[in-house]
Amino acid sequence: MTEEKHVLSILVDNQPGVLSRISGLFGGRGYNIDSLCVAETTEPNVSRVTIVTTGSKQIIEQIIKQLHKLINVMKVIELTGTEFVQREMALIKVIAKPEHRAEILRMVDIFRCKIIDVGLEHYTLEITGDEDKLSAILNLLEPLGIKEIAKTGIIALSREPKVV
Amino acid sequence: MKLTGAQILMEVLKEEGVKTIFGFPGGAVIDIYDELAKTDIHHVLVRHEQGAVHAADGYARASGGVGVVLVTSGPGATNTVTGIASAYMDSIPIVIFTGQVPTQLIGNDAFQEVDIVGITRPCTKHNYLVKDTKDLGRIVKEAFYIAQSGRPGPVLIDIPKNVAATRIDYKPPKKIQLRSYNPTYKPNMRQLSKAVSLIKNAKKPVIFAGGGVVLAKGSKELTEFARKIKSPLTTSLMGLGAFPGTDPLWLGMIGMHGTYRANMSTGACDLMIAVGVRFDDRVTGKTDEFTSQAKIIHIDIDPTSIQKNVPVTVPIVGDCKATLGQLNKLMDKEDLSDLGKKRKRWLEEIDKWKNTKPLAYDQKKIIKPQYVVEKLYELTKGKAIITTEVGQNQMWAAQYYHYDKPNHFITSGGLGVMGFGLPAAIGAQLACPNKLVVDIAGDGSIQMNIQEMATAAQCGLPIKVVILNNGYLGMVRQWQELFYEKRYSQTCMQHAPDFVKLAEAYGAVGLRATKPDEVEKVLKKGLSTPKAVIMDFVVEQEESVYPMVPAGAPITEMLLV
Repeated sequence: MTEEKHVLSILVDNQPGVLSRISGLFGGRGYNIDSLCVAETTEPNVSRVTIVTTGSKQIIEQIIKQLHKLINVMKVIELTGTEFVQREMALIKVIAKPEHRAEILRMVDIFRCKIIDVGLEHYTLEITGDEDKLSAILNLLEPLGIKEIAKTGIIALSREPKVV
Repeated sequence: MKLTGAQILMEVLKEEGVKTIFGFPGGAVIDIYDELAKTDIHHVLVRHEQGAVHAADGYARASGGVGVVLVTSGPGATNTVTGIASAYMDSIPIVIFTGQVPTQLIGNDAFQEVDIVGITRPCTKHNYLVKDTKDLGRIVKEAFYIAQSGRPGPVLIDIPKNVAATRIDYKPPKKIQLRSYNPTYKPNMRQLSKAVSLIKNAKKPVIFAGGGVVLAKGSKELTEFARKIKSPLTTSLMGLGAFPGTDPLWLGMIGMHGTYRANMSTGACDLMIAVGVRFDDRVTGKTDEFTSQAKIIHIDIDPTSIQKNVPVTVPIVGDCKATLGQLNKLMDKEDLSDLGKKRKRWLEEIDKWKNTKPLAYDQKKIIKPQYVVEKLYELTKGKAIITTEVGQNQMWAAQYYHYDKPNHFITSGGLGVMGFGLPAAIGAQLACPNKLVVDIAGDGSIQMNIQEMATAAQCGLPIKVVILNNGYLGMVRQWQELFYEKRYSQTCMQHAPDFVKLAEAYGAVGLRATKPDEVEKVLKKGLSTPKAVIMDFVVEQEESVYPMVPAGAPITEMLLV
């Protein structure tokens, strides 16, 4: 069966141990976690977890049902296959030799990102976008030398007007 | 009302109707034990915490209620893990209280500290660490609710010593409502009507029922349903007793050691109505060829059980009892007058299988284990509650004892725990003091929790242990014989205690049979003795369980005697 990437948005009780229940479920049953993001929502006792996972249709169905079964999980929404927006943020520390600085600034301009820290030998870039955009700029910066990188993983919301 | 955590716990336990607790004290739970002594709750002092959980499991199954366990922190808590995992696999409602070091010491590697909530997260339905005495009442109520509702299971509550000792102003918790937990009991009507039309049109239906029917207390509805639609019926190991084992529609158990006719019927049916099952690998064999030509209706309260191992035509999420009740009502509205004619050929075909390859053995000079179980069935008229250990003894108990009622066959089905049967028998006997409770055991597995004989003696429980003593870890030996060219690596128990003397040492009665003609005598004497009894049957050493489907083969490809 073909394996596909799926974005799941999960509303959970904002309590200690809930994240380990979710990650433990994935680990214990051999499911993949490509990325995982979690933070409080506007309701302080509810958190939203966004998980990107890969699997066949049957596995994804099991993942959704297994997540539902956790007592602290209120809602599981499969965003893949629906209209939704997704973003990821990366901080990229790139080597900035004097002869490359102009080019880096041009790229910052083209990709609409920001330089948030400047050192003697490096710039740190902040970029937000979908996966394609992030991998495009990383490809372009690679030849200049990337010292370090930190990515948030994907967060996503449905485009539909109703709140889920 | 000013109460300590321990007093609050007692209040809620009384409110939940708890009459019996299985446990073992320790430093972290002294405050709780101190309060427990002031109540009417019967505490059963086990000899090992694993025994406490299995006993609570047996108690829950025999009574249809919740089993309760109380142990201390650290090793007390870790010793419960096997029992909890077994109850989780078999969906048995148990609430386990573990002591914990005081909150200010948690994380410091304190004496007898262990992260039991972390350890049991994958093998409990839910678990809690109580950090504040204020939350204790609500959490205990929630735990009892979660353990019994939906697909039941074990729930663990970890109580730090200071949480039990702190005194607070206690207000009893209100009705429990969990925003994120709402099991589906009522089936979807549209799915039901799809099921009805499949059932009406099926020429060769088979009902496959499991432990879910027993847990939902839906045996009556299941029996009515099978008779109404004139469909033969098989069950998983966990489902034994959900349907009368003496009914003409009964096929016997399905699976690796299922009957020839149950497995052949499954292979040949055109519709399988699966109720309260999870299509375990010991049932399906090779999944690709399991009912490959049949449509499947699958009823279960747990959505994760559906479409997990086997693709399903009509999935129905709902409580087995409620769903079967609805189906019965719907079937009553249909014209079923031609069903008898329609199913005639199918039932004849099944009869042929029944008569060509029945369960059989040849009783010669040495006692056959099957003979012991069959005699036990005869002498108890099928009315005893049977618990089992795990392995050959478990399979013979499933094949040669016939169960007409639910909650009479108590076994560690999913996890397969050796050492389950004796403590489970203790729990079952406490739940049903007037019933005969028999643990069918092997000489290997009985030694895994033999210390609980002391518990049985202390409580004056007249449980009976039937040891099918073949000197081997028989099931593994059987695999070695069949698939590893008889290389019996570490399966021969070269030394075993004298079980008769051992029984006497524990204050029980010990009996032994070494010849076939002694079997009935020993059973009669043992069963009529009003004390705990161990009966040691020295049986054929290399007897194997048949039929057998080799692991991973289609279930219609059986090795027969």
